Amino acid sequence: MAPLIETRGLTLHFGGLKAVDGVDFRLNPGEIHALIGPNGAGKTTFVSLLSGRRMPQSGAILLAGEDITRLPAHARVRKGIAYTFQITSIFPRLSVFDNVALAVQSHGARDLPAKTRDALVRVGLGGLEDQEAQTLSYGHQRLLELAMGLALAPRVLILDEPTQGLAASEIDSFIRLIESLVPETTVLLIEHNMEVVMDLATRITVLNFGQVLASGTPAQIRGNPAVQEAYLGA
Amino acid sequence: MKAWTLHLALIAGLFAAQFLLSPYHATNLARIMVLAVFAMGYNLAFGYTGLLSLGHALFFAAGMYAAGLSAQFWGLSAGPALILGIFGGGAMAAAVGLLALRTAGVSFMIVTLMFAQAGYLTILYFGATTGGDEGFTLPAATRTFLGFDLSTDTPRFLAALTIFAAGLLVSLVVVRSPFGRTMVAMRENEERSRMLGMNPFTVKLAALAISGLYSGAAGAAYALLFGYVGASFATIQYSILPMLYVLLGGAGTTLGPFLGAVLMFALIEAASNLTSAYLFLVGAALVALVLFAPKGILGTVRERVARWLP
Amino acid sequence: MAFGPFLLLALMEGLVTSAVLALAAAGLSLVFGVMRVVNVAHGEFYMLGAVLAWAVSAVVPGPPAVAFVLALIIAPFLVAAFAAAADGLILKRLNYDPEATIVATIGLLYMIQQATLSLYGPNANPVQAPFEWRIQLPWFGYSGYKLFVVVAACLVLVALWSFLSRTKAGLIMRATQIDRTTARAFGINVDRVYMGTFALGAGLAALAGVLIVPIQQAHYLMGGDPLLLSFIVVIIGGLGSLRGTLVAALFIGLSDGVISMFFTPTLAKILATLLVAMVLVFRPQGLFGAKA
Repeated sequence: MAPLIETRGLTLHFGGLKAVDGVDFRLNPGEIHALIGPNGAGKTTFVSLLSGRRMPQSGAILLAGEDITRLPAHARVRKGIAYTFQITSIFPRLSVFDNVALAVQSHGARDLPAKTRDALVRVGLGGLEDQEAQTLSYGHQRLLELAMGLALAPRVLILDEPTQGLAASEIDSFIRLIESLVPETTVLLIEHNMEVVMDLATRITVLNFGQVLASGTPAQIRGNPAVQEAYLGA
Repeated sequence: MKAWTLHLALIAGLFAAQFLLSPYHATNLARIMVLAVFAMGYNLAFGYTGLLSLGHALFFAAGMYAAGLSAQFWGLSAGPALILGIFGGGAMAAAVGLLALRTAGVSFMIVTLMFAQAGYLTILYFGATTGGDEGFTLPAATRTFLGFDLSTDTPRFLAALTIFAAGLLVSLVVVRSPFGRTMVAMRENEERSRMLGMNPFTVKLAALAISGLYSGAAGAAYALLFGYVGASFATIQYSILPMLYVLLGGAGTTLGPFLGAVLMFALIEAASNLTSAYLFLVGAALVALVLFAPKGILGTVRERVARWLP
Repeated sequence: MAFGPFLLLALMEGLVTSAVLALAAAGLSLVFGVMRVVNVAHGEFYMLGAVLAWAVSAVVPGPPAVAFVLALIIAPFLVAAFAAAADGLILKRLNYDPEATIVATIGLLYMIQQATLSLYGPNANPVQAPFEWRIQLPWFGYSGYKLFVVVAACLVLVALWSFLSRTKAGLIMRATQIDRTTARAFGINVDRVYMGTFALGAGLAALAGVLIVPIQQAHYLMGGDPLLLSFIVVIIGGLGSLRGTLVAALFIGLSDGVISMFFTPTLAKILATLLVAMVLVFRPQGLFGAKA
């Protein structure tokens, strides 16, 4: 099966710090792929390279076989890569509706109200569309981010620590929502919550010190001694 | 829809005003309407897209001189001259934007200021053609449109009103369109906008170019309706005035620029009868606005009571 | 006059411009470096220095040298005090937000300028130099006072440099420039540092104004050109870098002198403004400064 996203030898150093160090990575269509690893392992940096927020120093990124390494971020969004921020980044002074509408209109403004409401209902924010985004609770703001990601109708949805700050019940709805997205949408998520990871992920990649430590199914990763030592064990 | 009714009511009110006001005040109102078009253009760049430019006088002057010089040397009548002025302003804004939009924030302000200054100095440098600081008056024959003499009160007022009405209604359509939403998104959270597929550079360039079209229209209209072209319209003062009107009336509101223009014009008129240092009021108004009422009048109204105000 | 001597004259004139410009620009650079704000009213502080010098000379009897020395002390002090007040009343309330500060200082510019117009009048008034000394060079005579200006400016700049690098107050200022938050965590009263910096910047501009006024005349609009030139110097030299400011002032002052004399002042200004714009667009860190 041809990968949807593939990286070859992707590298980004910050001076002496090797944030992402020669990473080979494959994201297969229709899977839920979790990216885990200790703090500072390079997960967010790697994902910012995928989304185009940062440019690599060497290596290549391929989207469905097409080289997008030098493509700017907004162009990658148009090609179907959506990214939700680790630290919530919405339009605080705009209404919930307007926030999502901005995502919807990247695909044209036809049926804008309907598609916007659709996305809001899917994440459970249906009744809040007129509320000013910055007045939402933290958990709801994260859901708003998710709605914006969904409204882009992406091929790949990259989620950066999406459950951080969510209550247990919200996490359950989140898991069900993500499960409903595949296989039409492929999901890549960075997560520290191991329960969520083991519940959701079809494949897991472990990063440590900017390099891939292991990659495989949840069972394989759980049983991997190097991973246990570096991350899971203690 | 409430918004359309409000805007059309304003235009109707202004139309009626020409019969109620004395010729002196009606002509002043015509002047205000033209300056309001300038301010509306500035508002699109600053109020909606968040581009704080200090160089809009350059676009105003580009329109003014495009219209004025073509009337003076090629004998163009008002209609074609106005169109030339509109595109002159737009082209200048696009050209400046291509360079200036590579910077942001304070640097952007300074770069636009520098380009405007260079423009002013260039007008002086080529004083033989442009008349320099003294400027020149337009020949009466060019100030006609469809047989109407624009130097007389009624045609002048109606021409100003038409241009104002067009500008106002176009701005209403733009800000409520998807592109209008994009402009606001760029102002509110550029990084997020980028990650929603919007190209910040092209959005800002388009906003600046539209802003330039408005500014050029205002400059050209000013030349054609009031018959005078001069370098003083390219000075920093004419970059500050639209910003002041917009800040006072309410940045990011469609009616704010007009409101600010009316109030500030009245204030300066009253002050200049008292002292030759009336620009002091401009300075004091800027400081007061920025300290106490950065949202301006309609901006505060919108926040407190009328969220639907565009 | 032959070309050689003419060039020499242009260079000497340029040197005087550079000296005064270096003082004014140093003030602007300091304010931007430490406070990260652009003060558009900076030229008006320069103008106030000149106007106050004229006021002092009009009021104080006796030889011009006495009035001049008094002006050298009083004018910068008064302008610095005024600037400190402006900082406390306006800039601090805006939380030093860069864009809001620029708009507010534009307002301040108009207020100062027009108040001066009201109180001082639209005319340009001369101030007598503290001493009359004509240096006779083989090709032309030159004003000794102008050379004094160059020397005085150099002395002040050396003093400024020593203050910044050798004294505790200077250290505090530099610390605040490098990292405002950490400075605060170390117990530095950042608000007071800002007020002091703003006052010092204004004082330097006023001092430049006092030095220049016997050469030019005091006029309420005289702040415009120095503002523009100071901007150019600070941006090309690199915002926040004093060394860059000095080098750029030398370069700009000399070339302004030469271009003005051989071409027209207008052309010189056009080139200068475009140069600033291009530097900001393509090399925003200037020659010496770090990326802001």
